Amino acid sequence: MPTRTEILDAKAVGRALARMATEIVERCRGTEGVVLVGIQRRGVPLAERLKVLIDQAEQSDLPTGKLDITLYRDDLQTVGPRPVVGVTELPDLDGRIVVVVDDVLYTGRTVRAALDECADFGRPRRILLCVLIDRGGRELPIQADIVGAAVPTEEGDRVDVLVTELDGRDAVELVRGARP
Amino acid sequence: MSSPKPILIRGGRVIDPSRGTDGVADVLLVGGRVEAVGLNIRPEEGEVETIDAAGRVVAPGLIDLHTHLREPGNEDVENIASGALAAAAGGFTAVCAMPNTDPVTDNQAAVGFVKARGEAARRARVYPIGAISLGQKGQQLAEFGEMVAAGAVAVSDDGKPVVSSHLMRTALEYARTFGIPVADHCEDPTLTAGAAMHEGIVSTRLGLKGYPSAGEEIMVARDIILAELTGGQVHLCHLSSRGSVELVRRAKEKGLRVTAEVCPHHFTLTHDAVEGYNTNAKMSPPLREAADRDALRQAIADGTIDTIATDHAPHHYDAKEREFDDAPNGIIGLETAFGLAITELVETGLMTLPELLLRMTTAPARIFNLPGGTLVTGAPADVVILDVGTEWVVDPREFHSKSRNTPFAGRRLKGRADLTIVGGEIVYRRS
Amino acid sequence: MTTATAALGKDLVGLEPLSAEQIRLILDTAEPFKEVSERSIKKVPALRGKTIVNLFFEASTRTRISFEFAEKRLSADTVNVAASGSSVSKGETLVDTARNLEAMRIDMVVMRHGSSGAARFLGERIASNVINAGDGKHEHPTQGLLDMLTLRDHFGRLEGLKVAICGDVLHSRVARSNIWGLTKLGAEVGVCGPMTLMPRDVRELGVTVLPRIEDAIQWADALNILRLQLERMQAGFLPSLREYNRVFGVSNDRLSKAPKDLLIMHPGPMNRGVEIDSDVADGPHSVILPQVTNGVAVRMAVLYLLAGGTPALAQSAGRAEDK
Repeated sequence: MPTRTEILDAKAVGRALARMATEIVERCRGTEGVVLVGIQRRGVPLAERLKVLIDQAEQSDLPTGKLDITLYRDDLQTVGPRPVVGVTELPDLDGRIVVVVDDVLYTGRTVRAALDECADFGRPRRILLCVLIDRGGRELPIQADIVGAAVPTEEGDRVDVLVTELDGRDAVELVRGARP
Repeated sequence: MSSPKPILIRGGRVIDPSRGTDGVADVLLVGGRVEAVGLNIRPEEGEVETIDAAGRVVAPGLIDLHTHLREPGNEDVENIASGALAAAAGGFTAVCAMPNTDPVTDNQAAVGFVKARGEAARRARVYPIGAISLGQKGQQLAEFGEMVAAGAVAVSDDGKPVVSSHLMRTALEYARTFGIPVADHCEDPTLTAGAAMHEGIVSTRLGLKGYPSAGEEIMVARDIILAELTGGQVHLCHLSSRGSVELVRRAKEKGLRVTAEVCPHHFTLTHDAVEGYNTNAKMSPPLREAADRDALRQAIADGTIDTIATDHAPHHYDAKEREFDDAPNGIIGLETAFGLAITELVETGLMTLPELLLRMTTAPARIFNLPGGTLVTGAPADVVILDVGTEWVVDPREFHSKSRNTPFAGRRLKGRADLTIVGGEIVYRRS
Repeated sequence: MTTATAALGKDLVGLEPLSAEQIRLILDTAEPFKEVSERSIKKVPALRGKTIVNLFFEASTRTRISFEFAEKRLSADTVNVAASGSSVSKGETLVDTARNLEAMRIDMVVMRHGSSGAARFLGERIASNVINAGDGKHEHPTQGLLDMLTLRDHFGRLEGLKVAICGDVLHSRVARSNIWGLTKLGAEVGVCGPMTLMPRDVRELGVTVLPRIEDAIQWADALNILRLQLERMQAGFLPSLREYNRVFGVSNDRLSKAPKDLLIMHPGPMNRGVEIDSDVADGPHSVILPQVTNGVAVRMAVLYLLAGGTPALAQSAGRAEDK
């Protein structure tokens, strides 16, 4: 019987994002050459919010982009029916510091696909990974540079990130026993 | 050859369309001929084979005026022996073999060959039909006289139409000398070149070139006019459209010597059977619309159409297993004809069983002037015992024909032959 | 955005068997693939490792190249086979060709063949996906789809749109696919051409017959102008190409009498000066080149949708993506 618990409420999400924005600027030693790229779907609104926070603090105007990794997945043969491909729109990446933004980091396969796709668009100087939730369970040697919160989970659990732009409210919920 | 043992068929429902009789009776066959039909026949001493026909129908053997036995030339798909056996299994005691063999049966030697092979097979009788023109090329008349002397019962260029009206006219006139009919495959090739099915909404949807009904009706009209002009006897093969039926009806009202046949597939299926590009629904003339099918049924019932013929056309599996445009025309039919006739025409109430048997026995015998089609004393002992009550399922693997190209696999039918006797000899017994 | 539940079957044989939802899925899936063709690296790894054979029994440069680009941009391995003629005239039967390909473990076949029904014939006999690139006079589904995508791009919708298909409808697989696709998605289809080149029962397909090109121009929002083939004259369907142009040709002069600006489409290759005048083909309302661009995107979408994801595994689609 699946159980749903709220781990972060709207306020906690806001605090985490504020801290992540500061960390991004620290790790990049400023905003020069920084590009925020959100992974479809929920990474996109998160990247937008981080841009707003950073621009406010630093008086900058960070370029942002959207990346849909559907066509770069390594499991295209096994997931069906066909996942719908979303929009990919990227600014110039050559020589930039690309901060890839996503809601949840789990097996690491999404990020691997994102790295492959970025490489097809240009040659960034550096790529950083920024996620709201790191839930462990990596299947590839991938690490996040900036993490909002670390939530230990087990196989069969699911972490749902809700954002106002898509779901009407901000929250992070843990569903235990989501899958038998 | 010694005479076969006498046979007494007891207690069946004996239908003789030639005399309009229908009732339970016994039939005695002696010396290859019908000896007597009556109640409680007690034969003279001696060995008699007794067959119990209670609950079944006893009739003259069915006669098919239109088959393709493929010998000589294409013996891999059928030969005269296998075709004659398939015929017997279908309840036919006689079939007429069309001459579009390879080489064409257009001379006395070829006719004699077909006749001899038929006799050697000792199943259904095989009557050769000679070609109208040499090589069926549509130019020069074949030797009707010689062919008739060798055993031909009619002439036809079937497979192909007789395109030249002049040739059709001379054929009709010349055939009068020998008292034989000219059987025509009615088709105007300039309207049908490259066509794969009936021209209609299905051909439009499937993107296939269509054969309009007009392509057949134009030649039906021409042949009727020439029959009137020449006083000859024309037999119209495998009619498929309601327009053709109308033309034949008016010709008969005028008393012209015109006869016509329809095949079971044309009174059973429509062009919808081609859906999915089913090559076993490809034949010439093609399956047409429901209104055509219904008009053909009605015409068989009211006698405008004289007989049911199979146009049995064996083809190899590989030949039919290809793109629709490239597949050859034709399906087999000897072993499903009677079942389809009973199911589609009698079970539906459109005709009575004696009326149907008239179309399949007495009528074809009269058209081609063949012995048979009757149980009158002295007639050849060509008799069939039919089961018209049991339902059976068509399974091509059980066919006696060498070929399997039928669209009726899996179809539930009523009506089939249990026992077929030709010349007093049992040539088929259903196991 | 449609949901990805209207999965396609194993093959794309035509538009007639598809539902409106399935057609919309293909058109929507083509959108992101348009973007891929605009990148400097025009490649995504979606079909990496898949083997696709382009089996063309009829010569066709543009359709084959369009498919080839679509396949390569999806990172598939492609092989072109220019087979000759029909089974009857040339040796190996279609069945044997198919089985040989299957024995080489190919994943997909894109086939163009001169016989109606050939794509379905092949699809029923091999396990690989079969995509119909034109079978006889029957269907050319990817052409129909790219035509619809082009119309949708321009008008923002297909429902209620009036599209006149002009030319040899009788022999045209492009016409048939367009008729099926457009009517399923709620457009109104008209057909215009000489009666010798019009199927007798065409109205039963739900289309309006427009006897003269002037009627089509008055009625339509868009004209899809079909190529007239020389063989039609030789087979006695038409007296001459000159007369066809004079009576049915789409010229600026005729278009100037239209009540609105008509979109001009043509599947190509064009007979300039026969069915369409050059200044119309190169004019401001012509979307003939966008059609070609959309062709690659649509074909990528079709290959992508057919290549992966079995319906059985759709059950596990309830779970969230593995992050």
